[in-house]
Amino acid sequence: MSRRNFLKAGALAIGLALTAGTALAQDAIKIGLILPMTGPFTSTGKQIAAAAQLYMAQKGTTIAGRKVELIIKDDTGVADVTRRIAQELIVNDKVTAIAGFGLTPLALATAPLATQSKTPMVVMAAATGIITERSPFIVRTSQVVPQIAGPFGEWVAKQGMKRVVTVVTDYGPGHDVEKWFSDVFKANGGQVENLRVPLANPDFSPFLQKVADSKPDALLVFVPSGVGSQFMKQFVERGLDKSGIRLIGTGDVTDDDILNTIGDVALGVVTAHHYSAAHDSPENKAFVEAFRKANNGLRPNFMAVGGYDGMHALYEGLKKTNGAGGEALVEAMKGLAWNSPRGPMSIDKDTRDIIQNVYIRKVEKVGNELFNIEFATIPNVKDPSKAK
Amino acid sequence: MLTILFDGIAYGMVLFVLACGLSITLGLMNFVNLAHGVFAMVGGYVTAILMNRLGVPFLLTLPFAFLVPALLGLVLERTLYQRLYTRNHLDQVLFTIGLVFMAIAAVDYVMGSQPQLIQLPTWLRGRVDVFGVQIGLYRSFIIAVCGVLVVALQLILTRTRFGSQLRAAVDDPRVARGLGINTALVFAVTFAFGSGLAGLGGALGAEILGLDPTFPLKFLIYFMIVVTVGGTSSLTGPFFASLLLGIADVAGKYYVPSLGAFVIYTVMIVVLVFRPQGLFVKAR
Repeated sequence: MSRRNFLKAGALAIGLALTAGTALAQDAIKIGLILPMTGPFTSTGKQIAAAAQLYMAQKGTTIAGRKVELIIKDDTGVADVTRRIAQELIVNDKVTAIAGFGLTPLALATAPLATQSKTPMVVMAAATGIITERSPFIVRTSQVVPQIAGPFGEWVAKQGMKRVVTVVTDYGPGHDVEKWFSDVFKANGGQVENLRVPLANPDFSPFLQKVADSKPDALLVFVPSGVGSQFMKQFVERGLDKSGIRLIGTGDVTDDDILNTIGDVALGVVTAHHYSAAHDSPENKAFVEAFRKANNGLRPNFMAVGGYDGMHALYEGLKKTNGAGGEALVEAMKGLAWNSPRGPMSIDKDTRDIIQNVYIRKVEKVGNELFNIEFATIPNVKDPSKAK
Repeated sequence: MLTILFDGIAYGMVLFVLACGLSITLGLMNFVNLAHGVFAMVGGYVTAILMNRLGVPFLLTLPFAFLVPALLGLVLERTLYQRLYTRNHLDQVLFTIGLVFMAIAAVDYVMGSQPQLIQLPTWLRGRVDVFGVQIGLYRSFIIAVCGVLVVALQLILTRTRFGSQLRAAVDDPRVARGLGINTALVFAVTFAFGSGLAGLGGALGAEILGLDPTFPLKFLIYFMIVVTVGGTSSLTGPFFASLLLGIADVAGKYYVPSLGAFVIYTVMIVVLVFRPQGLFVKAR
């Protein structure tokens, strides 16, 4: 008898604990933000975290009468750590949504968890096309590589350039840029030569010499952001800037965060991207000013805007669902459209991926600082890899 | 074609200055120092900090890029390394690789993980046309500096009293001590000098190779290749090995870009198959 009583009491206690747990979770809406805050991708993490905190400072921390709590965790940019942290956040902290994801593998590793636990997952940085197809709970507010590289190929062809050499780092995003740019450029009557640079590559001189000898109209480059500056320096050192070869790329190489440290060698580089800190709109001016003020003068880059818009998507979604998560929240975020600091953007209701303007920009000096100045706009671009 | 050769030589020269310190400690002192790249990184960071934070001109930073790592090398040698001279190689490897990880974490903590960029003075930027060959100014500067270093090192080692003391201390420390040579001092100075050279290499190479906290690990493999291909008994070995590898790497990436990354390893394997002792070593 006593044994049975004991079991009953135990069951009751567990039941109580569970209800207490849910009651606690009801108190606050928790959002788990998983970012690389240390390691080689620290810049990504810092920008996104700062932007997310700025958004909460501006828009308040109450939705539907409940407090919103942001839990920032560091995954150091390693996929298995991301996955483990995501699991902890979902199981222990009972977060309503997870967000962040600085790199493609980090997002891919976590996708199955989002599906199993029906937790909405907002991707604020990773940019490979397939990510949103890996879980019906993923919503993206950053960019999609083909979305930038494809239209850029068309634009470059329209400028009358006939021959382009692409130099990309030999890894996933590099292949994406190479493929989408080349395909679209060729379809528009251009010729492309593709070169790939090993990921651990100390010296670009042989590749640049090859480009110099083949004398194309333009050189398209995609390398990880830190290495980009080295690439541009060697481009100028080799005198390629004076040889009539235009240096073009996706906006990653003229990232706002490092543009000033690259220095004057970046002047005149033409890139395509979805965000520039110099974007001319009242929303962006307010955003840049507030961001700088809150972060010691740091300039927001495209990562920051991804984080800011990611929080916006979550906030608006949560308002619609009255604070509920799960499938309802994903449904609520689908089709959202708003004026972001980057310009008009929306979440595609079919693919949950981002639809946004792609801007063509040129690096120019404004005052003492370098900026990407936008001079052409390709409006409302959907990810072409999913628009079949 | 000649431009490729030129770039390859410049690249090889940087590799040599970076690695020759290692060939001294490994070859002459018989000590496996995997933390060699740490000193190179320190040199690079000294230059970057002096230039970016204090506005010191590039050339003036180079002596510091030599002295600071040399001093650090001296301190570490006296306090830590000398205890390991008599230990077996496995202990040395474990100790120095641990040092590498500590250094990476420390630099990451203090300086942040972003790559450090330096702005070269204008007279070193750009390139000139010499008899139809395009020559980068900075790369010619590197070749000049390293060329002088090579000659000076070779002379010190073969023609000076210190050089002969060092060779004696390496060949037979006991007898050398018996003849009144202060071997501990000789080793300490040599170690410091090798570290300083690495620092100088790091500073010179920052523009070409890039500089971030993972530098010691990223380039460890290149140092090791230079030393194994060159052999460790002299300085001429690593010197020609550096040139060979530099040129092979650059030319390989130019002519067969799809295989470019592997050329340097292929060269290493081929050399070691035919000359397992290294290029310029008489078989024992």
